[in-house]
Amino acid sequence: MLSHLFSSELSLRLVQALLTLTFTLVVLFWAQKKRINLFQEGLQALLRGLAQVVAIGSVLLLVFRGSIWGSILLLFFMILVASRVTARRIRRVEGSFAIAFLGIALGGGLVTFLMTWMGVIDSHPTSLVPVGSMIIANAMNTCSLALERLLSEVETQRSLIEAGLSLGVPAPKVIAPYLERALTASLIPRIDSLRSLGIVWIPGLMAGMILAGTSPVSSALYQFVVIAMIFSVSILSAFISARFLSVRLFSPAHQLLLLPPEKKPFSE
Amino acid sequence: MQTVFDIRNLTRVVDGEVLLDGISVSIKSGEILAVVGPSGSGKTSFLRLLNRLDEPTGGEVFFQGKDYRTIPTPFLRQKVGLVFQKPALFPGTVADNIRWGPSQRGEEMTNSQVESLLTQVGLVGFAERKIDNLSGGEAQRVALARTLANSPEILLLDEPTSALDEEKEREIERLLLTTIDQRRLTLVLVTHNLAQARRLATRVMVLNHGKITFLGPKEEALHVKPSFLQ
Ligand SMILES: Nc1ncnc2c1ncn2[C@@H]1O[C@H](COP(=O)(O)OP(=O)(O)OP(=O)(O)O)[C@@H](O)[C@H]1O
Ligand SMILES: [Mg+2]
Repeated sequence: MLSHLFSSELSLRLVQALLTLTFTLVVLFWAQKKRINLFQEGLQALLRGLAQVVAIGSVLLLVFRGSIWGSILLLFFMILVASRVTARRIRRVEGSFAIAFLGIALGGGLVTFLMTWMGVIDSHPTSLVPVGSMIIANAMNTCSLALERLLSEVETQRSLIEAGLSLGVPAPKVIAPYLERALTASLIPRIDSLRSLGIVWIPGLMAGMILAGTSPVSSALYQFVVIAMIFSVSILSAFISARFLSVRLFSPAHQLLLLPPEKKPFSE
Repeated sequence: MQTVFDIRNLTRVVDGEVLLDGISVSIKSGEILAVVGPSGSGKTSFLRLLNRLDEPTGGEVFFQGKDYRTIPTPFLRQKVGLVFQKPALFPGTVADNIRWGPSQRGEEMTNSQVESLLTQVGLVGFAERKIDNLSGGEAQRVALARTLANSPEILLLDEPTSALDEEKEREIERLLLTTIDQRRLTLVLVTHNLAQARRLATRVMVLNHGKITFLGPKEEALHVKPSFLQ
């Protein structure tokens, strides 16, 4: 019914956004009454989300008009932010940003470049930016999972790891099973989303294409392309960053460098 | 007698906290050096430095005449076997644990080699036992056998009998002495039990706040007790 009242698309969307915001506020308010303590945090997150998404919309407006370099710059900026988010998961480790950045940038960058070069991703900004951002976001998620898992395994199993080291086994060999477990665990969400693709969820990109009028079958195929890309990016990024972390955890003399969360671990 | 470890002014400082302060001692081949001292005096820190699990922040260590920093760490650690105060066993069976060190280097131990090691630590018939249901003392001895499987030249034991009653303790002491003798091992034994130090050791080193307060033949260590109990 709204669409009859507003002629310009932008004003229509504005009113839609306001209505949704009001509705969400009502829900939050109701939740507060039910002692679900979210109001302040939820309100902050909502406003912040709104501001961010409008800001990126405006940036995209500029980028879509400019050359491909604008898109590349924007994607690079996204990689930096994603690396910071992931690095927080392992901030106890020195060089956490570099570890996250290498994984996300190398894994995401490599696949985005290859796919664009082969023509799977259209190099036009309207395709490169959204697909690239999805790739980066997923690389970020998988890296966060893998790094967090690896670090917490090393922290909880530190006496086993040092037992292995003390027997003269080189650090890469000692850490290998933990690395393997962290990688496998980090990829579970990716595998599950591939498995349930189309049945449990119709992903955002496909939904968007259908909304924009593309035929469902061709939207579906393109969605598959993107999900499969995301899958390989996730594997590569998680592998690179976790591997890098596992190297950083030890000195060249095969000594576990990580200081325990609470100091004084060895006295009993 | 040959010197296994020549330790000069060994120091480790972590975040401004002095764990070990200018330790100088030379450990002769075949001797049994007991390291005693109150809790927190740096005994475990000392063993970890000899195995090079931690890095010294000062001083020098020579292993068989060579600066131990020039020796590849995996090789050094195989020769300098360390058994922790609290044993950490790998998931699986007792035999899995004993085979672990050699198998990581591509050497597979035979069943009879495993059995003979278990005999040496007084755990005959334990090979296929799961590690989850071992007693504390049994676990400590599995850890000892696991280190012996590496054929070390010097053994660093951190409170090896702390989980045992007196009778078991004596039994393990006897087994230890036999093993040391058969394999011509050098032993550094950390213990808080001065009586045990006197029974087993040839020399005693007393640590207090990371410093050596006494180093000499065990007979002279008789006078040590009051000062180190404080
Ligand atoms: N990595 C570390 N960082 C900071 N302090 C440490 C570290 N490791 C050990 N310490 C501290 O160094 C001191 C010596 O510890 P160590 O474990 O060597 O004592 P110990 O003589 O073995 O004691 P115990 O008889 O209780 O086993 C203790 O105060 C301990 O808390
Ligand atoms: Mg100790």
